[in-house]
Amino acid sequence: MADLHEPEHNKMQLKGALGWVEYRLPWVNLLKNSVGTNYPTPRNLNYWWNFGSLAGLALLIEIVTGVVLNMHYVPTAEGAFASVERIMRDVNFGWLIRYVHANGASVFFAVIYLHMFRSFYYGSYKNPRELVWWLGLIIFFLMIITAFTGYVLPWGQMSFWAATVITNLASAIPVVGTDIVQWLWGDFSVGGSLLGRFNSLHYALPVAIVGVAVIHMWALHEHRSNNPLGIEVKGPQDTLPFHPYFTAKDLVGVGVFLLVLAGLVFYAPNMLGEPDNYIPANPLKTPNHIVPEWYLLPFYAILRAVPDKLGGVIAMGGSIIILFVVPWLDTSKVRSAKFRPIYKQFFWLFVIDTLILGVVGANAPEGNWIIIGQLATFYYFFHFIVILPVVGWIESPKPLPDSISTSVLGNKKSAAEPAE
Amino acid sequence: MAEVESRRNFLYIATGAFATVGGGLAAWPLIHQMNPAADVLALASTEVDLLPLAEGQSVTVKWRGKPVFIRHRTAKEIAEAQAANPDDLKDFQPDSERVQRPEWLIMVGVCTHLGCIPLGQKDTDAKGDWNGWFCPCHGSHYDTSGRIRKGPAPENLQIPEYVFLDETTVKIG
Repeated sequence: MADLHEPEHNKMQLKGALGWVEYRLPWVNLLKNSVGTNYPTPRNLNYWWNFGSLAGLALLIEIVTGVVLNMHYVPTAEGAFASVERIMRDVNFGWLIRYVHANGASVFFAVIYLHMFRSFYYGSYKNPRELVWWLGLIIFFLMIITAFTGYVLPWGQMSFWAATVITNLASAIPVVGTDIVQWLWGDFSVGGSLLGRFNSLHYALPVAIVGVAVIHMWALHEHRSNNPLGIEVKGPQDTLPFHPYFTAKDLVGVGVFLLVLAGLVFYAPNMLGEPDNYIPANPLKTPNHIVPEWYLLPFYAILRAVPDKLGGVIAMGGSIIILFVVPWLDTSKVRSAKFRPIYKQFFWLFVIDTLILGVVGANAPEGNWIIIGQLATFYYFFHFIVILPVVGWIESPKPLPDSISTSVLGNKKSAAEPAE
Repeated sequence: MAEVESRRNFLYIATGAFATVGGGLAAWPLIHQMNPAADVLALASTEVDLLPLAEGQSVTVKWRGKPVFIRHRTAKEIAEAQAANPDDLKDFQPDSERVQRPEWLIMVGVCTHLGCIPLGQKDTDAKGDWNGWFCPCHGSHYDTSGRIRKGPAPENLQIPEYVFLDETTVKIG
């Protein structure tokens, strides 16, 4: 077993046709070194480390179903709504493919949020993985744009008014705002020309997501995965080969993921959607209550918390921009919240705060919801700007274990070898 | 030697400048293609017959793809609009600047916050705290002159260009 843990740098020798290809295009060795027996992975990874592979699976599902749906979709103001209804009623298995695509977007965001909270809890964004974190945030931003443009395509009432409200955010820009909005629309109002370009972007941006995801994994493979203890890998005794140990563990996650997705698709396909989106778009009537999809509700709540148009837009943009600075706002040298008694509590307060923002975003901006939304928005920024640096300074972390292997295996194998 | 280097620097800078300008020129068609196209710009104006509108009634017409609110205001509404205290107005404008004829208020029915259509055209609609229009999306209240009074919208409802062709016909645009 010991040699299994040993990172081998000698290439795997293959014979026959496979060997002929491998000599010219070493794809088997690439897989072996990146997700195979030659990729040492911290042996203590828990199930919170499943969400990267699940995000990749969700992206694959969205691309495959999306390419198929686009074969039947008509991207014009006159034809869009009817073509989606045709997909639902007439196209063979169209209902299934569309429900998988729509609910797949929801579970994709759920997976990404859990992936991000994993980073917050275990400090995965810290030195030397800041760029892994940045690339992930770029993917997250591209996902938001992709999801939003996709939500507009069915051209129902929610589609139309979501497009109106969100493109109008650009009008908050001083002086040139109106020109920019008309540039986005290609018209003096939201209409067919906006729908056409959103269709184009919705198809193109996932290609960019795939590209950034590859760079995200490239950066990850340089310093490899963080782990629940947040301490460095000190030698081969701290790792296990990615295959078969973590491929198997990832597959368990895949099973759970597919159960959740199938549960939504077959038992509650419209639970996460808005009934108003089955009403064709009407430019002369705004629905009484416009809400985005659940995964954007916290950002929507932040937008509405500031009683000023430009201020609201800045706050919403800032709520994402600030995530880029988190590796430096968090002043603690200790990564994992497991050894950070004070930070651990603030982590859970932050989780609760984002959930409150989600609830506020789903409710009409009246009465107490306004003040709750403002307090929760304040706390969101307070967490990053004040709590993260200050806790890092004042907290005394618990003692860190000597190594991953002593922590996992007890002292039986305490003869830890020196680091490579 | 120095002469060669300065010649080389000149070539670098000249090439870089040429590539930058060329890149900018090549990018402009790709950016400008998204602006409203010629057929969109060649918009017809809309004529509206006001005769059927009794006092206190409103009608919504479509112009440039957007709703235009036309309201035949009551004497009470006109008085309220004219009596507004300038200090209460976020985007100050006297009522006289917003109407050509006090009884006819004509404005683009698009909330200046994020573009929703405010309620208030029907008698049964919520009209907000100033008895004018109320945007349900983010809670902006407009008065009987379509001026913003409360909520996140930064400006008054926009007034389109229009002319009265005769006593009961108005041309918008």
